[in-house]
Amino acid sequence: MSLAEGHGGGYNAGHVSPSACPACAAAPSAERLAELARPTHARLMLSLPGAHCAACMSTVENGLQALPGVQSARVNLTLRRVSVDADADVTAESLIPVLAGLGYEAHELDPGLLSATETDKQGRDLLMRLGVAGFAMMNVMLLSVAVWSGAGDATRDLFHWISAAIALPTVVFAGQPFFKSAWASLRVGRLGMDVPISLALVLASGISLFETMYSGHHAYFDAAVMLTFFLLAGRYLDHRTRAVARSAAEELAALEVPRATRVVDGVEAVVSISALAVGDIVRVRPGGRMPVDGVVIHGASEVDRSLLTGESLPAQAGPGTLVAAGEINLTGPLMVRVTAAGRDSSLHRMADLVAVAESAKTKYTSLAERAARAYSPLVHILSFGAFGYWMWATGGDLRFAVNISAAVLIITCPCALGLAVPAVVTAASGRLFRKGLLIKDGTALERLAEVDHVVFDKTGTLTLGTPKPMNLDDVPAEVLAVAVALAQGSSHPLAVALAGVDAEPVVIDAIHEVPGYGIEGRMAGRLVRLGRAEWVGAVPAAQTATYLSVNGQTHAILFADKLRPGAEAAVAAMRAAGLRLTLLSGDSDAPVAELAARLGIDDWHAGKLPVEKSNFVKGLQDKGAHVLMIGDGLNDTAALVQAHVSISPASALDAARTASDIVLLGQDMAPVADALRIAKQATRRIRENFGLSAAYNVVAVPLALVGLATPLLAAAAMSLSSITVSLNALRLK
Amino acid sequence: MEILAILIPVSLLLGGVGLVAFFWSLKSKQYDDPDGDAARILKTDYDDKPKP
Repeated sequence: MSLAEGHGGGYNAGHVSPSACPACAAAPSAERLAELARPTHARLMLSLPGAHCAACMSTVENGLQALPGVQSARVNLTLRRVSVDADADVTAESLIPVLAGLGYEAHELDPGLLSATETDKQGRDLLMRLGVAGFAMMNVMLLSVAVWSGAGDATRDLFHWISAAIALPTVVFAGQPFFKSAWASLRVGRLGMDVPISLALVLASGISLFETMYSGHHAYFDAAVMLTFFLLAGRYLDHRTRAVARSAAEELAALEVPRATRVVDGVEAVVSISALAVGDIVRVRPGGRMPVDGVVIHGASEVDRSLLTGESLPAQAGPGTLVAAGEINLTGPLMVRVTAAGRDSSLHRMADLVAVAESAKTKYTSLAERAARAYSPLVHILSFGAFGYWMWATGGDLRFAVNISAAVLIITCPCALGLAVPAVVTAASGRLFRKGLLIKDGTALERLAEVDHVVFDKTGTLTLGTPKPMNLDDVPAEVLAVAVALAQGSSHPLAVALAGVDAEPVVIDAIHEVPGYGIEGRMAGRLVRLGRAEWVGAVPAAQTATYLSVNGQTHAILFADKLRPGAEAAVAAMRAAGLRLTLLSGDSDAPVAELAARLGIDDWHAGKLPVEKSNFVKGLQDKGAHVLMIGDGLNDTAALVQAHVSISPASALDAARTASDIVLLGQDMAPVADALRIAKQATRRIRENFGLSAAYNVVAVPLALVGLATPLLAAAAMSLSSITVSLNALRLK
Repeated sequence: MEILAILIPVSLLLGGVGLVAFFWSLKSKQYDDPDGDAARILKTDYDDKPKP
């Protein structure tokens, strides 16, 4: 009740003030104009892979709008992103924690890169042609029904003329995508699917116009328009799937907005990576990613190379250490002199490796392409054969022969090819998108269905790359308390993992971090240290570990990588499906063996270099296996390209994501097993659809060949086959 | 059959109105976020008062 009153009060107040002071009314609008014209206005874009429901929209929009400086926020649920209009001082970095607090993972996007996808002109163009074709189809069909049900003489001619007036402009306008692509393929001397389509459209319209002029009985205007409509529907579905995949892929490419902090004469400035030159000095803060290749000139820290090499153990970095773009700086700030930026950096050299693998890859021929290859010549032979035969049989009756030939082309309409495949692919990729898998390539589903061998990367793929302490039970409680107290003072990944341990921390004075080595402090006047083995005076263990020295004794706390959620389920499901599994990692033996045992993967290889990984996959393929590669690091990129089909998580580096066919958007890996199942099902549906449309043709084509096809039969065969294949596509579960 | 002279133009006109409405909906970006719009209509946020 009080709420309603509050609303009422505010409403009234808003209404009273303008009438009480008419002059005041002008002032706010002037203010508002000024506000609108302010140059400090910013438009931010964030990707929200977790948004999926109406409640999410309200939560995100209201949560963002409650922030100071945010004028409006709007979620696009189809593309899973939110655009925010805000003051210039609001940054995307400041919104990400807010969204995380609301329970949504968010990534900053570069609005410049995205503007192209937002005004999707091509899609809108196709939709407009589809609308025109639909309008024309309905009207021509109304008129045709009258002709089929027996309108004669003058009425039939009148209806044919009106149909012609609607259908001819429609075919010219709406059929353009087919004409263009047919012309393009004819020019390079190929018979694509669009050649018979265009021929059917032109021939059907031409012969119908001719028949109408000589007041003939049969006109195929309805068939021509219907053909355009159904095929445009398929084309639009196809485009839509691709547009969603492309925009999401561009989103991912835009995830890492490349910036670096350049230091010139002690003054820091954030610049784009492309503005850096060799010899520049950049500052890399702890937690930041190396923007360039370079040499450390000042500072001490540790660097995480797991994305580049797969090593899970961080390496020490000090003056003189070479660092490569993509490595993550962990503990202390580093000053780095640029030795290679942009095209010359190791990141880019890795991309070259990918390009080499890509050019060597044999192009996969999709089911639709294979079907089109058989279909196009067959249709032309049938149509021209019928034309020739009837020319001969009727003694040169051109009009009759062209009629038959047009009827054959219309009846063999490639609706199954043009509509069924896009419908299945749209249904399947929509389903997978909802599960958090993004299909980047149209044929990826078909290739996924053929997979019989799965190769995994370890760090960042099966594991999250975040460590978990393993041997806490072996460490005495009072020692653990010291370790936890020290760990709370650092942001090093091992320390963060340790700080989360449930233990009562003891009081330690003068805690400070020694970048690159560890943390030290004083407990009751005695020095305690947590950090690298050589620094605390311990014997290094074989696996990832941190070491504690207290009271002259040293203790090792061992770590293992945290498993990616759903990894166990996905691996188990794949094994149950009878796939062979291999674990291929750049990491050292012990952690790889441990993980392989935990997941039950018998075949594992450690210490693999990028080239070895790629060669391993190639070796499997030479033996006839269809390999699915799942990896995230730069060291996997070449192998991802080499494999028959590849998946990478969204947390992977750009190069790996670009190289892979499918991107896992969420953290959970369980959908990968679903994807394999759905891919098999989708491929089966595509084959079924080919079978269905072949069955229609087997019945209808002989009728057309012997000259029994009427426009009614053509229309019925076409619409029935189109509807059946679309319904079959929707059965996908 | 003279009625056709009225009915056919009328039916074409009505179809044309639908086509124009379709063009308008296309121009006003109503197909940019079909999933979001489908969910948005069910939100209760501004049921009591219009969006400020």
